[in-house]
Amino acid sequence: MKGILEYIGLDRISGPLVVISGVRGVGFGEIVEIVPSDGLSRQGRILSISEDVAVVEVFEGTSGLAQPTTRVRFLGRPFEIIVSKEEVLGRIFDGLGRPLDGGPVPFRGERRNINGLPINPVARAYPQDFIQTGISAIDGMNTLVRGQKLPIFSGSGLPHNDLATQIVRQARLLTEDEGFAVIFGAMGVRHDEAESFRRSFEKSGVLKNVAMFLNLADDPTVERLITPRIALTVAEYLAFEQGMHVLVILTDMTNYCEALREVATSKGEVPSRKGYPGYLYSDLASIYERAGHIIDKQGSITQIAILTMPDDDITHPIPDLTGYITEGQIVLDRSLAQRGIYPPINVLPSLSRLMSDGIGEGRTRKDHANLASQLYAAYAHARQVQRLASIIGEEDLSATDKLYLTFARKFHDRFLQQGADENRTITRTLELGGELVMFLPEQELTRLKPEEIDQYGRIKRLAVSH
Amino acid sequence: MESTAQQPIVTMISGPVVKARPAHRFSMNEMVEVGDERLVGEIIDLDKDLATIQVYEDTTGLRPGADVYAKGLPLYVELGPGLMGEIFDGVQRPLEILRGKWGDFIRRGKTGTALPRDKVWQFTPSVRPGAMVLPGEILGELPESHLITHRIMVPPGVQGTLEHIVPKGDYTLDDVIAVIRSPSDKIHELKLFHRWPVRKIRPYRERLIPSEPLITGQRVIDTFFPLARGGTAGIPGGFGTGKTVAQHQLSKWADADIVVYIGCGERGNEMTGVLVDLPKLLDPRTQRPLIERTILIANTSDMPVAAREASIYTGVTIAEYYRDMGYDVALMADSTSRWAEALREISGRLEEMPAEEGFPAYLASRLAAFYERAGQVVSLSGKKGSVTLIGAVSPPGGDFSEPVTMHTKRFVQCFWALDKELASARYFPAINYLQSYSVYISAVEPWWTEKVGNTWRTLREKTINILQEDSRLQNIVKLLGEEALPDDQKRIIEGARLIKNDFLQQGALDPVDTYAGPEKQFLLLDVILHFIERLADVVKARIPLFRAMELPVVAEIHRLKFTQRGDDPGPFKSIKEQIDKEINALLHRQDSL
Repeated sequence: MKGILEYIGLDRISGPLVVISGVRGVGFGEIVEIVPSDGLSRQGRILSISEDVAVVEVFEGTSGLAQPTTRVRFLGRPFEIIVSKEEVLGRIFDGLGRPLDGGPVPFRGERRNINGLPINPVARAYPQDFIQTGISAIDGMNTLVRGQKLPIFSGSGLPHNDLATQIVRQARLLTEDEGFAVIFGAMGVRHDEAESFRRSFEKSGVLKNVAMFLNLADDPTVERLITPRIALTVAEYLAFEQGMHVLVILTDMTNYCEALREVATSKGEVPSRKGYPGYLYSDLASIYERAGHIIDKQGSITQIAILTMPDDDITHPIPDLTGYITEGQIVLDRSLAQRGIYPPINVLPSLSRLMSDGIGEGRTRKDHANLASQLYAAYAHARQVQRLASIIGEEDLSATDKLYLTFARKFHDRFLQQGADENRTITRTLELGGELVMFLPEQELTRLKPEEIDQYGRIKRLAVSH
Repeated sequence: MESTAQQPIVTMISGPVVKARPAHRFSMNEMVEVGDERLVGEIIDLDKDLATIQVYEDTTGLRPGADVYAKGLPLYVELGPGLMGEIFDGVQRPLEILRGKWGDFIRRGKTGTALPRDKVWQFTPSVRPGAMVLPGEILGELPESHLITHRIMVPPGVQGTLEHIVPKGDYTLDDVIAVIRSPSDKIHELKLFHRWPVRKIRPYRERLIPSEPLITGQRVIDTFFPLARGGTAGIPGGFGTGKTVAQHQLSKWADADIVVYIGCGERGNEMTGVLVDLPKLLDPRTQRPLIERTILIANTSDMPVAAREASIYTGVTIAEYYRDMGYDVALMADSTSRWAEALREISGRLEEMPAEEGFPAYLASRLAAFYERAGQVVSLSGKKGSVTLIGAVSPPGGDFSEPVTMHTKRFVQCFWALDKELASARYFPAINYLQSYSVYISAVEPWWTEKVGNTWRTLREKTINILQEDSRLQNIVKLLGEEALPDDQKRIIEGARLIKNDFLQQGALDPVDTYAGPEKQFLLLDVILHFIERLADVVKARIPLFRAMELPVVAEIHRLKFTQRGDDPGPFKSIKEQIDKEINALLHRQDSL
């Protein structure tokens, strides 16, 4: 039963799905070519198969397909792409991996199933190599490490793209001699956004190490389900076969999830929260978990997925389930952005779960963990004081609480705020943090060791005397 | 279909759900193998002519018409030496061996056996031939790891005359070590291992009422919301509230003989973190690496969803097996929400009628059945053992009114609610002391009173009163600020602050603070409460409270949890003396003014 099977005629067309009956010898999840009478073939995938009926999702959409004349070719293999270093890096492809840059279709490399395979947990190496992004709120308080998946939770209109490109430009990972690559997967992104990413890669001179997979806003919705998997398949090949450090940027995961919901609804599946399918968690995990480090292998995959929270709601199923899979999150905040703070990172709900192993003596600085913890505690309290001040007025606050207000202001203006091209070293970030906590009275610094307080005090006095 | 010899075949595939025919060739919950690659599955529904199979591996490429092989046994695990220190997937495939065979990525299909057949164990029999043996009776033992002596038992359901037993010596799992003739003259050949269906609770002689605390070394748990051996606990918390760190802390420090840790649908890198940490950490009692008493089940979120559903049963069955040998076993399931979601996903594919939030109507009864497998028992061998179940719950959006949290709350006796606000101030463990509860307080009180300190209960109650009073006052503080309060109320606020910072808060990463034994917990709380009580004198003497809070001894109290391990009460006593000295001096200075 091997080889290609061809059928003519569709039984039913419904949303992105087509149903074909009388099919034999076809396997679950295999790839299908759909050829309408105009001859321009589309691709699809088998969603369910019984003895005679196959349900197929069509990536490019079903618009224009006619029931009797459409031919369907079952290719007898899962969705595969050809990967190689030479033919993929420095190129731009569409959401299904077809060249958009006028270059040739890759053909010399290795064929790989885009679904990948789960990494055996015992084969994983624990990520602990610090990546300096040059952004204080990340390096100081939510440190990124190689092999981590750290998404950016944003909202529409917030500068998440600027932040992502700044990370790509500045991340130390990219300036080392070891091979590196950036894989950019766009799902439902506007033309100008994709273009600004490309320009930014060009400007920082990394373009030859970038592969872009673009499913733009006006491209077919169902194609979005494939794009991140293609991007990650390339990333896995480069990281684990070619020993490169790969940074994967996926944007916007919200569009991906919406495509998934569309297909699930067309299939008539029982919906779970907000109409998303019950398997949204497993499906997202099959994307996010494709990051990491493997024992005895040189390369790594670090993943930064961007998602816009519908209505800025962090409890919406998309950010919620993402947060349960990824190793933390960087949360952007509209009120900070409105106050003109860039990057508008709200550190309180932000988190890097792998931070504790990536920092400290020999990696960043010995006191890093305590300092970060103190900054968190102080800022959390300062926010409470701000709320209180808005009720009773600043004058009626205790002397200590007034100092917390000063702390919050300095924290916003000096620590968070930085230029889109400002690349702070970790030393500078920690210095700034140390200066900030010294605005508070010593008995408030319960997270710091006495010798650390002494150290920051000396630095501050030095700074003042200059 | 008339012939019973007809080979069953696949008729439909939709993700992990596969249908096959004819149904009469299978029995409910039977294990099957599907297709040429022999994917492992389980029969979960039998209709007139169609059997529904839940397949534990990826079904891509599987075709209608593929053969299905019935195994004649329900989904089972292998129980015997070789479990300790190992890591398995949700259907007990040994991950280390998988890696050796196929490399860094998990492929599908047959894997061989769960327990190594070539490994040699030194077995020492403890009964003589001719003896009458009953189910669960211990036939002998062998050293499984430095910490664990593995007792070989007659499998449940087998009894009779011991016709033959091998002498002391080296045996592998395939060797017959004993022969039993049952009263009905049936011959049972016993090996060092036996199989047991995962969905069936292992029998015991008698269930006991939990009465001993399971010390975890975590102050907020042991002192305020204690867990009992053989008890159940739920840890709900939104993402980022420290659920996993709490589970890791418990698996590292819980005072159990054996820990079974199930990573159910969780992050791959976190599982790796556990694998990296455990061999390095030493058991505080035995000074041996913790991995020697730990069994890991890992079914990370990218591994097949159906195996995730099975993983908690695999784990609890292994836990019961060691319980039967007379061990105290603690089982951590992280997270039961992922298990419930796996249930929902499969139920959705079966097109069952959903109940709340798309979960199947049987969610509550499955959860209840799982937590019922906890308990302290007298096993069939007459030994006392226990299984303590600790389940993490990951409520969507941190909302505790969702079905999994709600139902878990009905079936667990300890509820450790994790709090987002506390977590974002990096206050860990972020257990909310107002929302959490434990019904074991009275049960464990005699133990604390007898072994640690006779004022344990009053100390605990005084502290809780201060915290409750504090939370009431905080409402006022939120509106008017702390300055608006009179000094006697400020004392409560300051006191609660000390309790929160110097007692409840505990650093998982600090080498000393990470574990606090019962003695240290008692002594530390005693010091803090003594100070708070002495503050009352300061207030009475109309001395501004901040002057007492500026005393040098306050910094000494802050430091205690990082410097003392609690084996020596001396330093605690001298701090108490210092408190008295400094407060008395303060009072005296005031008098002389």
